[in-house]
Amino acid sequence: MRTWLRLGNRLLFYLLVAFVVVYSAFPFYWAVISSFKPSDALFASNPSFLPLPFTLDHYRNVFLQANFGRNLLNSVVVAGGATLLSLVLGVLAAYALGRLPFPPRNAVLYLVLAMTMFPQISVLGGLFMLLRQAGLFNTHLGLILSYLLFTLPFTVWVLVGYFKGLPRELEEAAYVDGATPLQTLVRIMLPLTGPGLVTTGLLAFIAAWNEYLFALTFTVGDKVKTVPPAIASFGGATPFEIPWGSIMAASVVVTVPLVVLVLIFQQRIVAGLTAGAVKG
Amino acid sequence: MLTQRQVRLAWALVLPTLLVVVLVAGYPLAQVFYWSFFRADIAFVEPPEFVGFKNYLYLLQDPDFRQALWNTVKFTVISVSLETLLGLAIALVIHSNFKGRGLVRTAILIPWAIPTVVSAKMWQWMLHDVYGVINILGVKLGFLSQKVAFLARPELVLPAIIAVDVWKTTPFMALLLLAGLQLIPEELYEAASIDGATRWQQFWTITLPLLTPALVVALIFRTLDALRVFDVIFVMSGVNPATRTLAVYNRQTLIDFQDLGYGSAISVAILLLIFLFVVVYMRTLGREALR
Repeated sequence: MRTWLRLGNRLLFYLLVAFVVVYSAFPFYWAVISSFKPSDALFASNPSFLPLPFTLDHYRNVFLQANFGRNLLNSVVVAGGATLLSLVLGVLAAYALGRLPFPPRNAVLYLVLAMTMFPQISVLGGLFMLLRQAGLFNTHLGLILSYLLFTLPFTVWVLVGYFKGLPRELEEAAYVDGATPLQTLVRIMLPLTGPGLVTTGLLAFIAAWNEYLFALTFTVGDKVKTVPPAIASFGGATPFEIPWGSIMAASVVVTVPLVVLVLIFQQRIVAGLTAGAVKG
Repeated sequence: MLTQRQVRLAWALVLPTLLVVVLVAGYPLAQVFYWSFFRADIAFVEPPEFVGFKNYLYLLQDPDFRQALWNTVKFTVISVSLETLLGLAIALVIHSNFKGRGLVRTAILIPWAIPTVVSAKMWQWMLHDVYGVINILGVKLGFLSQKVAFLARPELVLPAIIAVDVWKTTPFMALLLLAGLQLIPEELYEAASIDGATRWQQFWTITLPLLTPALVVALIFRTLDALRVFDVIFVMSGVNPATRTLAVYNRQTLIDFQDLGYGSAISVAILLLIFLFVVVYMRTLGREALR
């Protein structure tokens, strides 16, 4: 009797696990197979749960008819630029805040923390005017700068934690050997924070890659427009025909790199996410 | 001697970051505060005119603003509550030892990694009134008596969008709570089992109290995100008054209506709302968590 009860419990538990997995993964699975189905199969009253019949038409459409290649390139430039710039600036600031005597340290840390909670929307108008005044409206640099609003504080905050965690003896040994603080940072500390840099860089990249509000507001046409606003505004030949197959194909193209990154760096991402939040 | 040089170096290293902060946050924010006291359009077609608190007075009686505030509150309370409960359940599942927990953890990272715009589009397609898989399966399996236009019926749009947000952000909640669960020492449970406490009792007397700090942090992060929600709402239903949140209304005023003065006043209101929320949370839950 008891073993039956236990077996039942176990079964129930695995049903729950299966439900969680299906619930999390099915929507993406559905997007993938929809992107491979020809339009008539897409709009069938009894859709198949496998990508059969199979076609690459939607992918061809996305890259040949729409400016999607350009959008993708813009996304790479903007997200990559914002990530690199935040890492460079963030490492310098975090080293000073984590390892050097710096009197207004707490004030700066609070400022950084406050910025991570900052609503993007409340500077939208101000940034819009700033970019226009500076001639940076609808440029990659303008978008990159505006993205620093959320990538930089996050990078600094997490990296300070990494720097603080390194043993003091390493630094002292370097000083005894006559190294300057800057040499110590580059030769000793930076290699040790490598994993931290990868994690923060990855999280900053994902945040920038996925950003929508600024990309929608600070770009016009396809010259600088990144993928999220492009996908959101994908239209058909008429307003009544929404090209779902192409939208799903474009969605898969932007999401696959992220999913791959997440699969490879799973452990680190989880560690970085919780470090960023729990220390807050 | 060395210290003084180090302090100077520290300033030099922090300075670029401070400059960026001033440039992309400080200056725009000052502009927003400044223009909220003016009647002005964002292209300055007409010369701006100082109007004092007029924009703020209008804010108090603007029915659209009130509706947006109410939508935002509804969205925040419902989505964050559901995400917390579901996230806690998933965290507890992953935390218990079983074969394949790595797979589950990977699976729940998928919604987190997907761009919000993409997840909104994916769900829009799944919720399609005629060809959407949810309608087709729902009718076939008997959950729905007929196909439903989830995104066209005013009373169903917000719930549908909340469901999408819950799907997308529950993983984040679950991961934060999982990290909290892993901090609870195993011995506590062993001791409790020896004393004859049931699983249920262990949950209420050990897990929940010790998880409170992680729970509070996760709640704060999620609530802050939900209060400024824009992407999922705007992609799924545009500026539809039934779902228009403060952020959507704010962008519409600033960019579509080009109303710099009133738009800035709304921005300040959002900022105040979030500030107020942070203070209240810190005062109540935060203190509890730190105890």
